[in-house]
Amino acid sequence: MQLFRAHVLVCGGTGCVSSGSKKIQEAITDELVKQKLDKEVKVVETGCHGFCEMGPIVIVYPEGTFYCRVQVEDVSELVSEHLVKGRTVQRLLFKAPVTEEQVPSYRDIAFYAKQQRVALRNCGHIDPEHIQEYIARDGYEGLAKALTSMTPEQVVEEMKKSGLRGRGGGGFPTGLKWGFAAKSPGPKKYIICNADEGDPGAFMDRSVLEGDPHSVLEGMLIGAYAIGADEGYIYVRAEYPLAIKRLRVAIAQAEELGLLGDNIMGTGFSCRLNIKEGAGAFVCGEETALMASIEGSRGMPNPRPPFPAVKGLWAKPSNINNVETYANVPVIFLHGAEKFASVGTENSKGTKVFALTGKLRNTGLAEVPMGISLREIIFDIGGGIMDDKKFKAVQIGGPSGGCIPEQHLDTPVDYDSLIALGAMMGSGGLVVMDETSCMVDVARFFLNFTQKESCGKCTPCREGTKRMLEILQKICDGNGVPEDITTLERLGGVVKNTALCGLGQTAPNPILATLRYFRHEYEAHINDKKCPAGVCSALLEYKIVADNCKGCGACARVCPVGAITGEKKEPHEIDTSKCIKCGSCIEKCKFDAIVKG
Amino acid sequence: MCQCASDAEPKTKEAVELDKVLAKYAGKKGALIPVLQAAQDIYGYLPAEVLKEISAQLKIPLSKIYGVVTFYAQFHLNPRGRNIIRVCLGTACHVRGGAKISEAVTKAVGIKDGETTEDLRYTFESVACLGACGLAPVMMVNDDTHGRLTPDIVADLLERYK
Amino acid sequence: MIKSPEDLKRLREEAKSLTGIRAGQGVEIIVGMGTCGIAAGAREVMSAILEELSKREMADIRVTQTGCIGMCEKEVLVDIVRPGEKRITYGNVKPQDVSRIMTSHVINGQIVEDLVVAKLD
Repeated sequence: MQLFRAHVLVCGGTGCVSSGSKKIQEAITDELVKQKLDKEVKVVETGCHGFCEMGPIVIVYPEGTFYCRVQVEDVSELVSEHLVKGRTVQRLLFKAPVTEEQVPSYRDIAFYAKQQRVALRNCGHIDPEHIQEYIARDGYEGLAKALTSMTPEQVVEEMKKSGLRGRGGGGFPTGLKWGFAAKSPGPKKYIICNADEGDPGAFMDRSVLEGDPHSVLEGMLIGAYAIGADEGYIYVRAEYPLAIKRLRVAIAQAEELGLLGDNIMGTGFSCRLNIKEGAGAFVCGEETALMASIEGSRGMPNPRPPFPAVKGLWAKPSNINNVETYANVPVIFLHGAEKFASVGTENSKGTKVFALTGKLRNTGLAEVPMGISLREIIFDIGGGIMDDKKFKAVQIGGPSGGCIPEQHLDTPVDYDSLIALGAMMGSGGLVVMDETSCMVDVARFFLNFTQKESCGKCTPCREGTKRMLEILQKICDGNGVPEDITTLERLGGVVKNTALCGLGQTAPNPILATLRYFRHEYEAHINDKKCPAGVCSALLEYKIVADNCKGCGACARVCPVGAITGEKKEPHEIDTSKCIKCGSCIEKCKFDAIVKG
Repeated sequence: MCQCASDAEPKTKEAVELDKVLAKYAGKKGALIPVLQAAQDIYGYLPAEVLKEISAQLKIPLSKIYGVVTFYAQFHLNPRGRNIIRVCLGTACHVRGGAKISEAVTKAVGIKDGETTEDLRYTFESVACLGACGLAPVMMVNDDTHGRLTPDIVADLLERYK
Repeated sequence: MIKSPEDLKRLREEAKSLTGIRAGQGVEIIVGMGTCGIAAGAREVMSAILEELSKREMADIRVTQTGCIGMCEKEVLVDIVRPGEKRITYGNVKPQDVSRIMTSHVINGQIVEDLVVAKLD
C-alpha cells in the first residue's frame, strides 16, 4: 500500500472543467514530477464542489486549504510554496465577499459553513471514478445493512419513518411510493432513476452523478430490494456527457466487486442497472413520459391511474425517483431513519440541495436543512446581491415555480410553505433577481420555455401555453390592454386545473405568482407603457444626461445604426427615431451618462 | 426492376458501422432511441435511407420512427455543421445576459438559432440549460463548455473551431 | 470480489487508509521543509516517515510540512502532535531515528527524550 503525505483534490465537475481544471490537473501532475514529489503527493480528480463560480477549485489536504480560480500559471508557485515549503499561497485563497478577508479553510467559508451536506456528502471529497473512495466513506454499508438485517417490508417502513419526500418536484413521500410498488404483485418489476434534470437553473443532479455516482446506485439497489425489482434504468440527459461517463465507470466497478448484478454480497439478492440516454425533451422528466421514452416511443405522458407502481415500464410495476432522492437513501440506512428525520420541519424532513444562480455574489450548490429561511440562503450562503444592487425577487422551482418577493424572505423553506406562497420546491433551482430584472419578462421567459417543451398531447397545455405566451409578448411589446391581466388569470387557472401532466398543470405558475406579487409591473407595462426595470426594449427610450457626458464619443463609435451624434468634448445626443435600443452605448459609456427608461 | 445490382456495391464505412449497431440491439426491448442515437453519431444526422434501413431491421414502422425522430430535440433530419454551437438561454443565463451572447454568435457567424452555415462549419442552436449556471452566461461548442462569457469575446472564441 | 458483508467491511478498512488523510484526525507529524531543512536532509527524513507509515499501515496519521522556524542549526526538525498532548519538537533528526520516534512516541506515546529540542503547549 502506498501512502501519500498530501492529497491535492482538483475539481473535475462540469463547471470547473469549463474554467480549465483539466489543464490545472495536468500542470500539477507535471510539476510534482518535476519537483520529484510524485511519490509523496497524490492528485485526485473529484466531482463538483458546488461552488462553480470560484472554479477551478483545488483543495490541498491534510490542511484542507481551499484554493480558487487557480490558473495554470499559478501551479508552479502552488507546488513549491505549499507542497515543498508548507506555506499557504495567500493570493489564491477565497476572499469573503464583503470583508475581503482571506479564508484558508474549506470549513470556514460562509458558503459552506451554513450548509449541511447529506445528498452532496461525498461530492468534491472523493474521486468518483474509484469505488474504493466511496466505500471508505461508508459506501454500500447501508445496502449491506438493508440486505442482511431487514426484510423488504422493514425497508419500506424505515423509509416511511424517515419522512423523505421526492426531491425532483412533487415532494411525494418516497416510503409511500415504494410501498405501492412493493404491494403490486408480479415477478418482474423495475426501479428507475429520473436523471433527466431539465429545469433550467438546476444542476444538483448533475453534480451528484458526476461527483458521487455510487450513492445513486446504492439508493436504487435499496429501493429495488424493497419493491422486489431485479432490473433498473437510469434515464440521463444526453446534455450531461460527463455524468454518463462517470455512471458507466461506477456501474462497471460495482459489478466487478459484486455489489451490483447477481447475488449481491452473497445475499442472494440480484439486480442489474442500465443507463438510458435521454434525447432532449423536457416533458420526459414526467414519470409516465420518461417510461414511454425508455420504451423507445415519443416521450408523452399518460393519464394516471394506472400509476407506475401498478403498471409502469413495459406495463410492469415500477418505482421512479430522482437522483437527489436516491442519493439520500443510503444515509437513512446507515444512520437510521430517526437521525435523518431529526433534521428539517414537521412535514419536510432532511436537507434540500438548491442551485443558487442569478444575480448573487456566490453562485453554486447549497445543501441546507429544510426550514431554513430564504434570507439565510440568499444573503448568508449566497453572499447577497451582486454589485450592491437591490434584491427584488427569487424564483424557485424553475418553470413550475414562482417568484417570491422581499416580504416573504423570512418564511422557513419547505414543500408546503413554498406552495402556500405560490411557488414550489420543484427541483430546487433558485434564481435571484435584482431591480434590473423585469417580472413580466421573466414570466414570458418561462412561458416561452414551457410552450416550446409542451408535448402537444393535451389541449389545455398545447393551446393554453401558446395563448398565454402571446399575451405576455404583447404586453412586453407595449401593446397590452387592461383586460389582458384578467384573461391571463382565467386562462392560467384553466390550464392549471385541466392539463394532463405536471408540466402543463404548473406552467401557469410563473405568471400567477408574478401577478400576485408584481401586478404593478404588469400595470406599468399596460397602462403607462413603461418597463420599470428597463428590460423590455420596446418600452424603453435611451437618453444621454448632458451633465455627465464628457463627449468622448465611445457611444457614437459603437452605435450600429449611427443614432448618436455630437461634437467632440461636447454632450452627445441620441436620435430616438434611429435608435434600435440594443444597449451597446450603455455598456461602453464610462461616465454613466446614458440612461434608459 | 431488379435490385440485385445495388446489393453488389461495396457498403460504405458508415453502413458497416450501422450494421454493427443494428446487430448489437437486434431483438432488444426499447432499442429504437439508442439505435437512432448511434446512427446519428455515425452519420452526423439521420438521412432518410438510414431511417428506412432501421425500420426494416428493427421491424418498426417508418411512421413511428419519424414520430420519434421529430419528437426529440436531439435528432436531426438534415446535415449539421462540423461545430455545434449551443448557447444556453436557461434562467440563470437569461438573467445574466444570455440573449446578448446569442446575438453575438449570430453576428460572428451570420446564422440564426437553428441554422447551419452553408460551408457546414457551424450549426447554431439555443438550449434551455447546460447545468453550468454558476458560470452564466454559458455556451457550449461541441463538447467544450465556455463560461463567464461576454459578447466581445464570442467571435474570437468561435474562430478557433475550424 | 465481495462475497459477504464482512468482505465489504474488510475492503472499507483498507480503503479508509487511502483517504484517511482527508479526515483530519489522529496524530500529526510535521516536518520542517524550509531551505535549511531540505539542505539538512528533510526530504530523506520525510521519505523515511512515509515508508514507516506504509509499512505499519498507519493511515490515520497526517504528515504535513512547515517552513523554516528559525532553529536552522537544529534541522531536520520533526514535530509530533498527539491529540490533546503537547507538541513535541525533535531536532537533528536522521532517517535512522524515524523508526524509533514512530514506535515509541507516535504509537505508544513515549517521548524520545534524547532527541527533543522543545515542548510546546
